[in-house]
Amino acid sequence: MSEKADQQKQNILKLITESQVWTSTFRHGYADTPRNRALQISANVWLHLHPTKVRRHGIRYRYTWCAGGLTFLLYLVTVVTGVVLMFYYRPTGEYAYHDIKYLDFDVPFGMFTRNMHRWAAHGMVIMVWLHMFRVFMTGSYKPPREFNWVVGVLLLTLTLLLSFTGYLLPWDQLAIWAVTVGTNMARAAPLVGTEGPFGPEIGVTPRYNMRTLLTAAVNVGPPTLMRFYVLHCIFIPVIASMLMILHFWRIRKDGGISGPL
Amino acid sequence: MSSEVVHSDHPIDRPADLKVGAGKLRIRAGTGEEVLPDKIHSWPYFVRVEFIAGLIMFLFLCVWSLAIDAPMEEPANPSMTPNPSKAPWYFLGLQEMLVYFDPWLAGVVFPTLIIVGLMVIPYIDINPRGNGYYTFKERWFAILTFFFGFHVLWVVQIFIGVFLRGPGWNFFMPWEFWDSHKIVALNNIDWPYLLGARGYWTSFMIGGATVGGFFSVIPLFWKMFENKPAMRQLGFVRYLVVSGLFMTMMLMPFKMVLRWTLNVKYLWITPWFNI
Repeated sequence: MSEKADQQKQNILKLITESQVWTSTFRHGYADTPRNRALQISANVWLHLHPTKVRRHGIRYRYTWCAGGLTFLLYLVTVVTGVVLMFYYRPTGEYAYHDIKYLDFDVPFGMFTRNMHRWAAHGMVIMVWLHMFRVFMTGSYKPPREFNWVVGVLLLTLTLLLSFTGYLLPWDQLAIWAVTVGTNMARAAPLVGTEGPFGPEIGVTPRYNMRTLLTAAVNVGPPTLMRFYVLHCIFIPVIASMLMILHFWRIRKDGGISGPL
Repeated sequence: MSSEVVHSDHPIDRPADLKVGAGKLRIRAGTGEEVLPDKIHSWPYFVRVEFIAGLIMFLFLCVWSLAIDAPMEEPANPSMTPNPSKAPWYFLGLQEMLVYFDPWLAGVVFPTLIIVGLMVIPYIDINPRGNGYYTFKERWFAILTFFFGFHVLWVVQIFIGVFLRGPGWNFFMPWEFWDSHKIVALNNIDWPYLLGARGYWTSFMIGGATVGGFFSVIPLFWKMFENKPAMRQLGFVRYLVVSGLFMTMMLMPFKMVLRWTLNVKYLWITPWFNI
């Protein structure tokens, strides 16, 4: 390139990068300087979840196994694919099963989307266990992170409940019987279950007890499907998201993922 | 310990930005020497790691989802109970507990204690060592307990539930035919009966004494080691929580062994609950 053409190119670039549109959109350059490295994180709404600097052990695969981050990734996958599935699914006894069949055989990429949703959910259960195992093994629950561990256990429980409520939605034999087995337990809860210790003694009836609170009926039926659908798509995800915000924020406030302050 | 100091060739950056993977924190107190700081920039080192891990996981998930379809069986039919009816795989540890305990324990009390027990870990483990690095030696009791509870009792039970349980919740090896008419001798008997008790009240007393005896390890152990420094540090309240959770956890292997060896069904029978 001639010197003149080069000069012209520089001028055009300058014109663009110093325009009001450009500077209002991109707040900093890309030069590899410590300042820009910090801005790359702190000036980016998605990345500012991270601190601008992290502890050295926090970036080792061998240390973290990336388990927490991958759990979150899988959660995001289930959210995105779940919203797509909601376009095709009606949580009623008449339609639920056939909507899934329709998804599997007639909707473009329907089967793939449902597969992604299901396997990501199972993957999330496994990753959240691995994450807990890693956090335990590195003693990362020790002060000052006691409370964040508690939040983590709640999130683990919610992950299982999310997966469990979703299990019913295909409305096939696998679904209703797994949920029947699962919710049968509630019938045996002490005090609040009709078959549990001291349940009948304090007036719990087969119609009104801990299990019917979950299933909305004496047996797992269409009312249960609606209840689990709302729990699965709205109630638990909202609670879990709120706790996730708290969980991630606390990592920052407690001085990183592990180690004494 | 190597005494090498890694210098960056970057004109501005501190040494922290070089050789991240290989760098270990080197501390030489009082010399004023340049050492690798404990903190490094998230961009690009941390974000890069996350991106690669996420990409691999995402690709794996895509391939898996292309290759294996999510299960879909016949339409829900409340009048046709499949045998066996299995809970989702991640709850099969709980369903497996039903073999040994009544639903109020296996399905309600134990799961609650598992969740609560996990939550209180940071408050009962007062050992300050092992914070932020892998170690077995410095916290062997905590690790062994967690290992037993999580791997042996939780994960192994899930494997048994998923792969080794067939019709009637009977035990089948993976290569065995799931014969729903398999004859299994129902010769389980209650613990007091095994000991020869036949009357209602004698059985009740023996059962209560057995369960009480099992948990009496808690005060006995406290009496024995009350004055040890570690025990003093732990304190009475924390000790009660630790030992209570620990012994409740041990109730599971205790009953498993009794079932396998002596076909014991219940330890203690009362009009309200059985253990």
